[in-house]
This record gives sequence, structure tokens and C-alpha cells, in this order.
Amino acid sequence: MSREENMMVVTINTEEIRELTLEELCELCDVTPDFIEEILEQGIVEPRGQLNALRFSENDLRHIRTILHLQQDLDVNVAGAALVIDLMNELDQLRSRVEILEKYLAR
Amino acid sequence: MQYKDYYELLGVSRQASDDDIKRAYRKLARKYHPDVSKEANAEEQFKNVQEAYEVLKDAKKRAAYDQLGSNWKAGQDFRPPPNWQQQGGFEEAEMGDFSDFFANIFGGGQRRAQQQGFHRQGRDEHAKIAIPLEEAYHGASKTIQLQTRRLKMNIPAGVMPGQQLRLANQGSPGIGRAPAGDLYLEIDILPHRIFTLQGKDIYLTLPITPWEAALGAKVTVPTLGGSVDMKIASAAQAGQKLRLKGRGMPNKTGAGDQYVLLQIVAPPAHTVEQRAVYEKMAELMPFNPRQDLY
Repeated sequence: MSREENMMVVTINTEEIRELTLEELCELCDVTPDFIEEILEQGIVEPRGQLNALRFSENDLRHIRTILHLQQDLDVNVAGAALVIDLMNELDQLRSRVEILEKYLAR
Repeated sequence: MQYKDYYELLGVSRQASDDDIKRAYRKLARKYHPDVSKEANAEEQFKNVQEAYEVLKDAKKRAAYDQLGSNWKAGQDFRPPPNWQQQGGFEEAEMGDFSDFFANIFGGGQRRAQQQGFHRQGRDEHAKIAIPLEEAYHGASKTIQLQTRRLKMNIPAGVMPGQQLRLANQGSPGIGRAPAGDLYLEIDILPHRIFTLQGKDIYLTLPITPWEAALGAKVTVPTLGGSVDMKIASAAQAGQKLRLKGRGMPNKTGAGDQYVLLQIVAPPAHTVEQRAVYEKMAELMPFNPRQDLY
């Protein structure tokens, strides 16, 4: 009857640097290694390690997911998706600069 | 369940052509795509738009939908008419993202036969949580409510905007003996009244008086970790940026810094004596800030 029944305590451990291999990445995103190679050629994602033993960070995973979604949902090709990611990064920078300036000018 | 007005969702009339519908969909898909959109409820809006397009782009489905009649209003309580034949053709897995309304009108597809020993890992799920800057700085214990369960978790100190925290096996349950998928929790940091976060650095505008600027001063400055004393050197200028090292967000690669932007605020002159002070300043300090303008 108590609320506690539905309460699960899950602790997130982000101290461990979780790096993915190419195989793990392909399985997680349901893509082929060729597709990952195409993305690497764009230079948006720069994994560590040598060609045979690439290691992808969680940030890399996020970018790759974004590219996949843009492709599937908006018909954007990989080069276009790379451009979108660059622009979004620039936009984020600009947004915080604007916020800083707005706070400075507010008086 | 509630009626969904697909025409209204796409912003087109009931007589819209296929081209109109496609164009309307494309525009809205760009606007609300969760990976690029900053709109509130982008994900929900995007799903609605996708569902509407799924129905209206297909002649058969559109005709079936139109048959329900145009007197329904969005959100109205709805029941399919008696003898309604479900259109079918949708697998259970594909229906996952569509609304109950859609499922009732168009469902009835073949269910994938659950063979003995069929295993498939559950789908990953994504959720978003907005937290105040202080919690991102210090870390926090948070409880979130998903459909049927509540999860309590510790958000680590120094979490960044857009960062995704992975909660293993908290996504959709698996089929057979396969494990559940993961839950990815995206962190959104709420705007703060005085601080702005850029990267791992914090920016703060600090108002000071003209005498503090000219003569220098020791002032108390707020930081996310508490107030600190800061020395302003004499002859300080407006817009000058002073750095408080290590007072930004905590980070594995080294804490960010806090930058303090000096904003010189001139006090108003109300009394005769106050006005006299300003007049004396004008007399003793001839200074033209506009000389570069002409």
C-alpha cells in the first residue's frame, strides 16, 4: 500500500569513463561499421585509439544518435547532419553569450 | 480516449492537398525535432506531428480518418463508430510511439507471434530533467516519476547541460529472458537569476560604484560555492573581466573559472550637496568619453 513499494534506488556512477568499442557502438545504434566510417570522415566524432581499436566516448554516442535521427526523421544526409551539429554548437555558444550580455545590460 | 485533430496538428485545412500536407509536415518536423529544437515539449509535439502525417499522407488512411466526420473537436471524448473496421497493417512494435486514438482507428495489425524462446532486449528510452544551476554544481539526489515507477538517483556534481546520464536497464522491458533497455536521462540546466554558464565557466555581472572603480576596493562576490572576497584594482574600467580561478563548475579536467564583469553604476544626485559633488567632478576631471566618436 505504501509509496515505497514503487521506489527503486538507482545510483548513477559517472566516475567510470565508459568507452565503447566499434562493435558495441554499432550494436547500440543498430548501424553498420561502414556507416560509422562515413561519420568519422566528417570529423564530427573523433574517437581515441588506433584504427583497429577505436574507443568512443558517451559524447560521441550522443552525436552519432543525433546524426541518425536527423537522417531518419528529416532526410538529412551525413554531411548535412555534421553541419547541423556544428551550427548547434555555435548556437549554444551564442546563446550563453547573449545571456551574459543581457544580464550585463539589465539595469 | 481523446480525439486527435490531425489537420489542426499540421495546421492545414481538411481540403489540403498532398503537397500542402507534406510541406506543413516538413516545416513542423524541423521545428520540433527533439535533437535540434529548443521548444517546450518538443518531443511530444514531434510525435504528434509525425502521427498526423502518418495518417494524412496516405490516401487510404486519410479517407478512413475523414470518415469519422469533421464534427469532432481535438481532445473530445471519442469512441469509434459501431462496426468500425480497423485498418490493420501495423505491427505491434511500430505502434509503440502512436497514441491510443491511432491504435484504435488503425490498429489490429498482426502481432508478432511470441514464440517460445524468443528474446529481444528492450528498447532504450529517453527522458529529460531540468535542474537548477546550484544542483548541477553541487550534485543532487533526485526522484523522477516514469510511467509506473519512481527512480531515485544521484546527479553528480559538475554535470553539464545536454549531458546524458545512463541508467542501465531502466528502459523498456525485454522480451523473453533478454534484459531491459537503458534509460538515458538528459540534463537541462535552468537559467539562473545572476549566473550564466558557458562551458564550465560561470559569468557574473558585478555592479560597482564609480569610487570603487577609480580608487579600487575589496568587495564580496557571490559564487556557487559561497561568497568570496575579491580585490578590485584602482582605475578599473566598465566591462573589465576579473577571473576567480576554480570557482566555476567542478570538472574531471579541472574546475572551470568564474568571470566577474564590472558594471559601473552612477548613483543619482538628489540633494543639492550631491549635485555639487558631481559638478565638482566635472570641473576637476575633464574627460571626454566620446572623443573617438567624431
